[in-house]
Amino acid sequence: MNLRRDVFQAIADPTRRAILLLVASQALTAGAIAANFDTARPTVSKHLQILTECELLQQEQNGREIYYHINAVKMKEVADFIEPFRKMWDERFNKLETIMKKYKPK
Amino acid sequence: MEQKTKISAEDGKQDLMITREFDLPLELLFRAYVDPEIIEQWMGTKVLKLENKKHGSYQFETKDADGHVVFQSSGVIHDLSPDSKITRTFEMANTPFGVQLEIYEFEKLGDDKSKLNMHVIYESAAQRDQVLKLPFAQGINMAHNRLQDIVSKLK
Repeated sequence: MNLRRDVFQAIADPTRRAILLLVASQALTAGAIAANFDTARPTVSKHLQILTECELLQQEQNGREIYYHINAVKMKEVADFIEPFRKMWDERFNKLETIMKKYKPK
Repeated sequence: MEQKTKISAEDGKQDLMITREFDLPLELLFRAYVDPEIIEQWMGTKVLKLENKKHGSYQFETKDADGHVVFQSSGVIHDLSPDSKITRTFEMANTPFGVQLEIYEFEKLGDDKSKLNMHVIYESAAQRDQVLKLPFAQGINMAHNRLQDIVSKLK
């Protein structure tokens, strides 16, 4: 396990956030998770690996299948989800700034 | 590193404050909130209606490539003073987030510098926290939108 993986880095990626939301309601297999995205399957596997390494996801063997489920304890450490929310606004405001810098009054 | 956009949301409270400094003159920052064409560009949504006046109202809508409505929001403008302040309500249709009261204060910091203070008050602390978690949901929407874009290009 790579302890240097940062939780915030993990949730900074929109696909990884979407994966967390998906498995928040129920444990899913890698295949079921991948079916929700247009991303290539190996890319989704890589995201799952990162989320598992930083302990946001946990693996659970059920028969032949491995299910991923949310590690609630670790999720609580993600300071109330504020960072992704801040990032969303930051990106929106950056766009506003870029557009207005180019703006020429008619 | 100094962050340009700051969020302050105290535990257990039903409001939050978003502040941002812009390298823009105050007039241009304010215009980005009242000019429908510009709103469409940076918000990425269509402006169906926008009455920039006291007791006015507004309606935004976003459709996917197939013309299905994926996002609708609307509200009333309680008050508006040019280059200074907008007080309005905001509600996203078909979501459990309820209505929120938004107070925008536009501040001049210099000739090419301005600041936005956005105070948002929700119906309850629980609802505020739901909205704070929204970027997770948007992650899913973005993935779906990308899929739709790709699929529509294949046609």
